[in-house]
Parts: sequence; C-alpha cells; structure tokens
Amino acid sequence: MRQTTVITLGVNGVKHEVAVEPRRLLVDCLRDDLGLTGTHIGCEHGVCGTCTVLVNGATVRSCLMLAVQADGAEILTVEGLAQGATLHPLQEAFRDAQGLQCGFCTPGMLMLAYELLRDNPSPGEAEIREAISANLCRCTGYQSIVDAVHLASERHAVPAPDHAAVAR
Amino acid sequence: MKPPAFEYVNPQKCDEALAVLAQHGDRARVLAGGQSLIPLLNFRLARPEMLVDINRVSELAYVRVSDGGIAIGALTRQHALERSDLTRGRLPIVVEACRLIGHLPIRHRGTVGGNLAHADPASELPAVMVALEAEFVLASQSGRRALAAADFFTGVCTTALRPGELLTEIRVRTLPPRTGGAFLEIARRAGDYALVGVAALVTLDAAGRVSQARLALCGAGATPVRAHEAERALSGDRPEGRALDEAVEEAAAATDPPSDIHASSAFRKKLARHVARQAIALAAQRAGGA
Repeated sequence: MRQTTVITLGVNGVKHEVAVEPRRLLVDCLRDDLGLTGTHIGCEHGVCGTCTVLVNGATVRSCLMLAVQADGAEILTVEGLAQGATLHPLQEAFRDAQGLQCGFCTPGMLMLAYELLRDNPSPGEAEIREAISANLCRCTGYQSIVDAVHLASERHAVPAPDHAAVAR
Repeated sequence: MKPPAFEYVNPQKCDEALAVLAQHGDRARVLAGGQSLIPLLNFRLARPEMLVDINRVSELAYVRVSDGGIAIGALTRQHALERSDLTRGRLPIVVEACRLIGHLPIRHRGTVGGNLAHADPASELPAVMVALEAEFVLASQSGRRALAAADFFTGVCTTALRPGELLTEIRVRTLPPRTGGAFLEIARRAGDYALVGVAALVTLDAAGRVSQARLALCGAGATPVRAHEAERALSGDRPEGRALDEAVEEAAAATDPPSDIHASSAFRKKLARHVARQAIALAAQRAGGA
C-alpha cells in the first residue's frame, strides 16, 4: 500500500496543499508538484548544491530533505527573489558581474548568496568563497560569482523581500 | 535517483519513537538530519522498510549544562552546536570540528546524533568525542545505558547501537584548567571528508609540562583511532622537541588508514604525522594562553 500524506508548504509567501508519498524529495515536490522549476536538480545526493532553497530561513539542499519533512514550513526559492518582472538586486548584480554562464548552478548560488548577505551584509572575499564553496559551478568559474556577490554587497542588495521575513 | 518506497512515521516525542523502534526492530531505520541517509536512499544503497523520522522530537535538541559538564541532545543540528554559547565558551574544539563538516546547508540539517550514529570513520565529530572521552546515552523502551564514545564505534559505519535503541544524548565532562584543544584536518576540497583529521587536547601544568594529553584521529582506520602511545610520549614533558617527535611517530603508528581513490594508506600516514604535529602544537599553545 502506498501512503500519501497531504502537506502544507508556504512557498515564496503562497500557501500550497499537496499530496505526496513520503519518499518524495522536497526538490521534486517543488519542481513537479508545484511547477516551480527555478530550483534545479543536479546530482541528487547533496554534492552540487544547485537545489539549495531556504527552509524557515536557513539554506538546505532540497534533494536531501523529504517533502513531508517540510510540512508547515516557509520556503524561499529562486522564484521568490524577483518582484514580478523586476529582478532582485542580487540577481542584477549576478547579471552585471557576469556571475553566470550556462545558469545551471545559478539558483543555488543565489540562495547561498542571499543567506550570506542577509546574515553578513559586508563579507570579505574569504567569507564569500567559503559560502559558495558549498556549491559547484562547471562553467563560469568561481571568480565572477565571487565578484557578483561582492558587487551585490556593495549595492546593499539584500534587504529581505517581505514574504521571506521568516523566523530562523 | 529517487528513494525507494518506505513506510514513514514521524513521532513527536522520544517515548513514541522508542515505542515504534521497539515494535519494528531492525525493519526500522532512524532518519535524523538525513544528510548521509537520504543520499544512500537516493542511490538505493539503503532500502529500509520503515523510516522513523525523529526531526519533530524537539525535546532531543538542546545544548545545556549538566552535572558540571555539557549535555548535547542527539537532534541538535551541527549548526546549532557550532553557534551555541556553551560550546563556544567551553568546547571550542567542537566548534572547530563542526565548521569542517560539509557546508553550511548541510550543517543546518545534519544532527550531532545522526553524524555519530552514522559512524563514518572519516567524519570529524566521532574523533572529537573519542578525544573528549564523551559518554553516549542509548535509550530503548526497556531503559537507558551509557557507553564511552570509544566503545560506541565498532567498525566502518557500525556502532554498538542495538535494534530498538536510539542515541539520545552526548555528555562531555568539563575539561581541566589549562587545557587547550585543536581539531585540524586535511581534505581535498573545502567541505570534503577529511583524508586525515586530528583532535588534540593538551593540559599543561604550571611549569608548562604536559599533565594530560588526548589524541584521536579520523580517516585513520575503521573507527576513530585513539593514540594512547602518543599521549604517553607527551606526558610529563614540554610538548616540543623529542617528546613531540615521538608523539607524532606514535600517532602515525596507531593508524591503519585505508587506500582509496583519494589517497594511499602510506600517504595518509604521512599526513597523520603532519596534522598531529600541528594539532598538538596548537592545542599546547592554546593551553598556555588559557
């Protein structure tokens, strides 16, 4: 017998009810059940970090969490950064500093950078490098991502969007 | 890949979790932070019939003073342990080791108890707990028992936990005055498992001689390796010169590291000497400054 459970997820300020099997990974729930394909899925075993989202204000790898474990949680994905057609200043900084090339790692990098700048608005280069060392990029190279985060920091890019004001 | 199907229960209380574990025995597997178990599920290297998810058992998430020492609830996230004022103030070696576990998103989910119960021999906290001579509390429906960290780890990813038992608490005694600690490791990349890591605790007397030393290594064998001979080599001497040379040799001699794609056994032994020297020296320096 296959169990399914109805869970409630707050994603980027919108409440969703969704029925999932316990084995459903959070990343698959976001992408396939909710259609939020901005969160990418890469290695599926917690190495590449492209599936990074914020759960109750803290970054997690959504391939290493079951959707049922996020029942009742507030989640911020890359779709929650832009306001309509207006990019989040952090995204603008990535564009301006060429912080992406193919874009596959970008959603995860943005979520890492978002958390870093929220908690430490003026990080040094070593702190930026440590934060993004969690995730892999296979084309741009890390230097331009470091530059992008630095630029975002100079522009004070991360006051949190209203809907992401969640408890840590 | 995706996890295979499993039955799922998520008790809210420790007693409920123990009841489920008692009922289902080795059919059931405990899901804590999931940062090791979920990859194994995704690869289908683990196919448990039932997962007992303890993430809602919030009574097991704490760091507090207990009997003059520190008690750490098994569900404490590694990030919470790293940020705790108690740990920072009294057990900086634990903070130093936590910062080397994976990356921040991993530590947000990964738990102290899960890390210890997974018992990866390359992992940081098991070696630190062996060096600290921590005591682990294992609970089951029929009662509790306490086990020394050194007796908990029995092999590669294998522990003394019996079916129906749950690791609920880690107890660390207060360190003597003039004790310094250091955890250092060498890994291929930031956040990787250590090729070799060394936890060193050095207590100095008023004359600057070692009154007590404790040394444990990770990545050095099937379990965390306690280097007793190295500790004896340091005892009673200043932690420098010949005593240090001898301790470093003994530390390497205590290891039986694996060869794999990342490093040969011989290279790991070489690294063990190097890292042990640095860790002992740093611990001694910190003991002197305390």
